[in-house]
Order: sequence, then structure tokens, then C-alpha cells
Amino acid sequence: MKTHDVIVIGAGHNGLTAAAYLARAGLDVLVLERNPYIGGAAVSRELYPGFTYSNCSYVSSLMRPEIMRDLDLPRYGLQITPFRGGLTMTRDGDYIASYRDRDMHRREIARHSPRDAESYDRYSAAVMRQCRFIRPMLLETPPDPTSLLPRDLRGLWRIGRAFRDLGPAGMYETIRFWTMSMADFLDQYFENDLVKAHFTGSSIIGTGLGPRSPGSAYVMLHHHMGEVDGTIGAWGYARGGMGAISRSLAGALEAAGGAIRTDAPVARVIVRKRRVAGVALEDGEEISARAVVSGMDFRRTVLQAMEPGDLPAGLVKAARNFKIRGSSGKLNIALDGMPTFRGVPADCPALAGDLHVTETIEEFERAYDDWKNGRWSRRPYVDLMIPSLTDPTMTPPGKHYMSIFVQYVPPELADGPWTSEKRDAFGRTVIDMLSEYSPDLKDLILHMEVRTPRELEEEVGLTEGNIFQGELTLDQLMFNRPAPGYAQYRLPVRGMYMCGSSTHPGGGVMGAPGANAAREIIADLRAGKRA
Amino acid sequence: MTAGARHEAPLLKTPFHPRTAVLNQAKQWGRWAGYATVACFTELAHEYFAIRHAATLFDVSPMKKYRISGTDAERYLNRLLTRDVRKLRTDRVAYAVWCNDDGKVLDDGTVFRLGEKEVLLMAQERHLAWLQDSAFGYDATIEDVSEAIAGLALQGPLSCTVLKAMELDGIAQLKPFGIARFDLSGTPLTVSRTGYTGDLGYELWTEPDKALELWDRLMAAGALYRLTPIGSRALDLARIEAGFIQANVDFIAADHSVRMTRQRSPFELGLDWMVDFDKGHFVGRRALLRERETGPRYRLVGLDIEGSKPAAGALVYYGRARQVGLVTSAAWSPTAKRNIALATLQAPFADKTDGLWAEIYVNKELKWEKTAARCRIVTRPFFDPPRRRATPAPDF
Repeated sequence: MKTHDVIVIGAGHNGLTAAAYLARAGLDVLVLERNPYIGGAAVSRELYPGFTYSNCSYVSSLMRPEIMRDLDLPRYGLQITPFRGGLTMTRDGDYIASYRDRDMHRREIARHSPRDAESYDRYSAAVMRQCRFIRPMLLETPPDPTSLLPRDLRGLWRIGRAFRDLGPAGMYETIRFWTMSMADFLDQYFENDLVKAHFTGSSIIGTGLGPRSPGSAYVMLHHHMGEVDGTIGAWGYARGGMGAISRSLAGALEAAGGAIRTDAPVARVIVRKRRVAGVALEDGEEISARAVVSGMDFRRTVLQAMEPGDLPAGLVKAARNFKIRGSSGKLNIALDGMPTFRGVPADCPALAGDLHVTETIEEFERAYDDWKNGRWSRRPYVDLMIPSLTDPTMTPPGKHYMSIFVQYVPPELADGPWTSEKRDAFGRTVIDMLSEYSPDLKDLILHMEVRTPRELEEEVGLTEGNIFQGELTLDQLMFNRPAPGYAQYRLPVRGMYMCGSSTHPGGGVMGAPGANAAREIIADLRAGKRA
Repeated sequence: MTAGARHEAPLLKTPFHPRTAVLNQAKQWGRWAGYATVACFTELAHEYFAIRHAATLFDVSPMKKYRISGTDAERYLNRLLTRDVRKLRTDRVAYAVWCNDDGKVLDDGTVFRLGEKEVLLMAQERHLAWLQDSAFGYDATIEDVSEAIAGLALQGPLSCTVLKAMELDGIAQLKPFGIARFDLSGTPLTVSRTGYTGDLGYELWTEPDKALELWDRLMAAGALYRLTPIGSRALDLARIEAGFIQANVDFIAADHSVRMTRQRSPFELGLDWMVDFDKGHFVGRRALLRERETGPRYRLVGLDIEGSKPAAGALVYYGRARQVGLVTSAAWSPTAKRNIALATLQAPFADKTDGLWAEIYVNKELKWEKTAARCRIVTRPFFDPPRRRATPAPDF
């Protein structure tokens, strides 16, 4: 039987990124995907004729440009188009918008608070300072601070130097930033409730934190450290939906000689003599490999794909304790036309960006309270986009695709597990709320897909539907992600690796975990020490 | 600004736009504080020389203007600014800088003392948040009145002549940094003997709906004196000759800096004379006292550079290999007939009388040539005509 060099479990964007790097290094790579389609959570699907949905992830910023370039992704169809703003609507028919043009943006804030408009430069300089600090670490394997190996010492020295370069005030600020809440961070710059709410969303997306929870400021940074063509913090649409990113990665992989098998669910990783021997599929087929890299989350990798007996008990315990709470849902809607929004001019360029209706930090916290109490938020935070305003390939002409990311949605409800009836009731909650702002929305709906954490777990394989494969809190970041001592993409079985968002630098369609893991695997296989 | 202009118009129009737009033959626009401003109306040389030999008009309406009022206005400003504001009498103007707690410069600007309890602070950058935060504990109200005041800079040796032709009584007696008040068909017209050219000049302030009338009367009065509207490029040349520094060009406003090590103190910007340690507490005082002991890390200096190629952005070397600074503004000065520059140097090299070189790249028809041009540190301003300070202001 043929022995592959590496088997990658899961054709999500990180699995594909790792696979493409491995194949380009000359290794024989096979990607196994349980679904009949590739992409994981970076996927485009046609669930209603003529309409393309970005079913899970829906916008791009974090995908590292180094990866696009290394793997030549534009050649395989990747194109990212930045969008021009975003807005938060209010119940009284007003709104606050963000624009790419800084003067327009500032004037718009000034409509709500002249003082806050002039504080915005201070705020964005502070965010940019943190971006500059963290960005060089994204494509680096996190150094282990307890190690005396030269590579770890070099990595620590680089971080230390970047920290010193922040200057005294910057050092104080950085330590505070990484542990503080978004609400506290915003209070340092802004006084107007609507202005603060407008900037709050990215601090809670995908996380079981509220804006007043310590650590939520970092979650905001996680959403700002990306870029589109050098504009740090910008977001854009992948032409053809988020699946275009996965397709381009698959194109690069196949061009380098790698292969993908869909409908091939892995049941378990085979370990013989304390080293990886391959995987067994659910139908019993066994495939041999010198190394296996799992794109699944830490929990699934350790607790489902591997035998506890093959691993140290402490690691198994760490996986069981890994914080991976689901907190979000998603609606994908085919629209018969462009809906109107009360008070927002139809030609407002911010409509092509992210739209919200949460007006105060208090409302965010009340929505979060519902989640803690085992209910979906009665007035959830939505990150609503209409990608078809930018990308003409998403729908037939004149029609539109609406993507609604919804926060907060618990993985399990207080009154028992999710059912299809509860899922539909959740969808109605969102649409009813949005109808207050867009009276014609309901009448335009041709088809709607509603996804709760249950669907995200069952279809995509994200434990509890957590979009980041594990919370982005400081206790689970850097050298502690996913667990202390296991941050360098290796599990303590020879030939076993992880490359999913559970590993550094975490979630989002970034590709960095996949690229970092591939680098480690290539080094090991070349050194022969784990082969 | 109107609410309807929210997303349709990235750039706003100043109150003088109906006139400047028509005259802007070169169709060169720039942006300043969200407004469309003319970069050049006709040609640079024509506009520049009008500053130095006749009279010019420049639209300064986008300038940020903050009105500070209340019983504590003076106390408030004395804590905010490094200068002693108590010495500033009513109807006088002072140049000023202000710092953060670390003694790093947030911006520079001009302070117009309009009364015992009323001051106008003008600056290039935005500071409402800092100014309001600093007012905690003071009876001082800070308002952004930028849009309520239209401004024109009338600069050049014939500027007083033009104002006399406009029949502003007694204008020749107005001293540098003085303020005089006139009437513009029923609306107050404030004239200050200030400017950004280092020449004889005035700035005229009125209500926006009187802007066009002011423009028309000035242009009519100046018709015989070659009064010329100018754009920002000509002004920039004049301000470099005057040795004036510009925020976010020659230094980074401290609260806009992403890299905090780029922030500069008044000493580092060569503004030692603006720091008054004897006036009592002010923001940044402790840090600046420390710096007075240890010495600044950098110095902003004026350079006279050999040759004629402007050294914009040039690295400055000491000897052949040691990089010691950066040119932040540079120009060939048509009036001083020198190749001048403003540069920030590492402090130990700011006293060198010899050995400084600017690395200048010149594109000679698609062939870049690198030259090392000898630099000499000189005092600013590079051009300083007596008429700038003479009272009564001369006619020519």
C-alpha cells in the first residue's frame, strides 16, 4: 500500500494552506475532506439557483498576503475587493457610518460628537500601534518562553525588541490593551454611546465575551490586524464568495502535485509504536502516511480523532478544558431585489459594507446576557453584509445576496438542545428585528438558510460552532494556544501535527496556522527526526 | 458643512470656493482638513514671486479654530501651553506649542487674545478632544468655531498698501502680532498682522456669509497692486524660507504618532524659547525639566546645502557613512538664492560646523544620480526682510 508523506485532515483553508506548502516542498500530500465539497468554513455554495452564498465566513482581511504570494493564489482565481465602509442604524431612523475617506469618516462621527470625531485619530493610532506589534508574529511559530533552544530565544528576543520599540508609554499601553475590555478601551477615546457602539462589534464577533469582558479589546485587534493590499484593518470580498479562497488554495495544491479526496471522513489517526502510521476512514479504509496534520480543532483532534491512550493524560485534560464556546449563528438570504433601510440614502457607499443595528454597549451586554442564560439574544448583534453590491458574480442581475452573522447564539439552549423549530424561531427573531429598519426586507426573501451552532458543528465540524476553533482570550493565545507546551503545531506522538485555527495565531480566514504548521513539518521531515 | 454633503462630497468647499474655483486655471486642488484647497491657480513661480514682490491672497478658512472662553480661560491656557499666556494682552497674538504629559509636542499654533475671558486658538491639526479633556476642573468652554470664521491671508510687501486702498483706517500702525477690528458693511472684520510667509502680511477674519464680499473688496482694492491669489504650493515655499515648521511634515503630532519614539519635544524642534519654566505648572513641565538636564535627543535645524537641487527627504550624513538625520522640508529659495532645508539631526551633530552631507538623488532623464552635497547649519529664517517687523508698515 502506498505511503503518503503527509495526510491533511480537513480541506478547510488552513488544511489546504498547509497542504499547498507541503506539496510545493516536494512532499506527497493527500487532503481528506468529509464533506462532498472543500472549503470548511471558507466556502461558497449554491443553495438556491443562481445565488452563491458565503455560508460561513463572509469577508476577508486576515488572509496573509505572504501566503497569497507564496502560493500564487491570484493565478488560481483569488481576488479580494475592499469595500467602502459600514454603518450602524438607529431606531430613530438615523445612522453612523464609516467611510474609507478619512475626512468623510470624521465628519460623519462629528454629526454625533464633534469631540469624538477629533479623538478618532488618537484611537486609530493606538489600534495601529497594536497592529504593528502583533503582525510580525502572525507567520512565526510562537517561541516557548520556557525554552532555551536558540530558535525560541531568537523569537523571544524579537518580541522583546518589538516591545521595547513601543517606548515607555507604548509598553504600558500594550500590557493594558491585551487584558482590557473593549468598553474600557473605547472609554479612553470616545464619549458618545452610538460612536462607541459603532466601533464595538469587532470586539465580540465569534466570542463568548461581552464588550465589558476583559480580553475583548484583543478580539477587536484580531479583526483589525489584517489588510487588503497594504491597507491595514481593511476588509474585502473574495470574488465568487469565500469559497474562492479555498478553491485557489486547492488550485495551488493540485498544481504542486497534491491531491484532495472529498467524501472521505477520517474516523481516527492510526498510531503504531508511538508514531503516526496513517488514518482510518469511517468506512474502514486505511491510508498510510509518515505524518498526519489535523485541520480540525484541538478538541476534535485530541478527543475524537486520536486514542486517549496514545497521548499524555494532561494533554487530554487540556483539550477537554479548551475554551471553545459557540456564540454565533448565520443567516444566508437570497433577495429578489435591494432592500431599503430607513433613513439611509440608497446611494450611501457604506451600504456596501458591514451594517449593524446595535446602538449602545448596554445593548451588546444585554444580548450577551441572553447567551449566558442559554437563549439566543432577543435583540442580537448582527454583522449584515450585501456582498452582491460589490461582487456581480454572487447573484443574477438585480437580485441580491444578504449574509447576516448573528451574535449571540448559544451552542445549547436552556430548555434543551437545538431543534429545527427552534432554529427557525431564531431566524424569525433576526428577521423581525431587521424589519424595523428595513420594512421591505421580508417581502424580498426568496430563500433563507439559518445556521445555529448546531449546524456549524454538524456541517462544518466546528466544535460548538465556535468560528475561531477556540476562544481568542489571552490564556489561549501565543505560546498557550491551544495548550501550554503544544503551541509549535506538534502533538506528542511522532508525526502528528495540528494546523487549524486552534493553533497560533488563531481564527479567521488567515491561513497563518496552516503555513506555520507546514514550515514545522517540512523542517521535521527534512531533519528526519520524526520520519 | 451641510448634512446633505455627508457622503456625496468627500471634500467640502470653503466660503471662498465660488471665487477660487473660477480662478483656478491650473485645476490643481489639494486637501486640507477636509476642504478642497487650491494647490496652484496658474503657475508656481508667478504665485511665489507675488508673495515676495507684491501682494497675495490665500484662503486659510480650513484652519482649525477653537474658541476658549470662561473665567478660567487664561489659567486654562497657561497650563495647556508652554508659554506664559498671562503676558499676552488683549488684541495680541502669540505663536505657541502645547505638549502632552511626556513633554512631547501635540501641535503648534497661534493664540489670539480677543478679551480677558476669550481666546482663539488656531492650529493645523485637530485637538478638540485634548482641549476639552484638559478643561476638566476649569471654568473654560472649548468650542470648535472653525466653520464660523472665514479667513484670508493677505501677504507680501504691498499688503498694507492694499488694505489702505480698502480704507481700513490706521492699518499701517498695526504692530506685528497685533489685532485690529473693522467693519465690513455691518459685520465685524478682524485683521491680525500675522501670517505664514515670514513677510509683511495680514490675516483677515470674518463671517462666512461675508466671505465673498471680503474677497471682492480686497481684489478690487488690490487691482492696481498686482494682488494675486495663490495656492498652497507657493505658500509652502515661502514658509520654508521663513523657517516655519509644519505639523506632520517637520514633526509628527504626538497624539497621531503610531511609533511613540517619533514624538518630539519643543527643545528637539528648536523651540526652546517657547518654554517658560518660570510661569508655574504647565503640561509637560516635569518631563521638559528633565530633558533640560539630560539634553534633547534631536535638534531641528536649518541647512544651507551646496548646489541647487532641493534635498527633500534626503538623509543627512556626518562624514561618509554615519547617518545622523533627515531633511523634512527643502527648497531652492528664489529670494535667498540658496538651497535651503529644515532637517532633524541627532543632537550631537546639530553643532557640527563641518562634515555634514545630504544625500540627494536627481533624476536626469531617467538616470538617477546620487550626489553628496555639503550642508552648513544656519540660523533661521533663511529670509527675513525688515518690512516684516516695521511699524508703520512700509508701502513697498
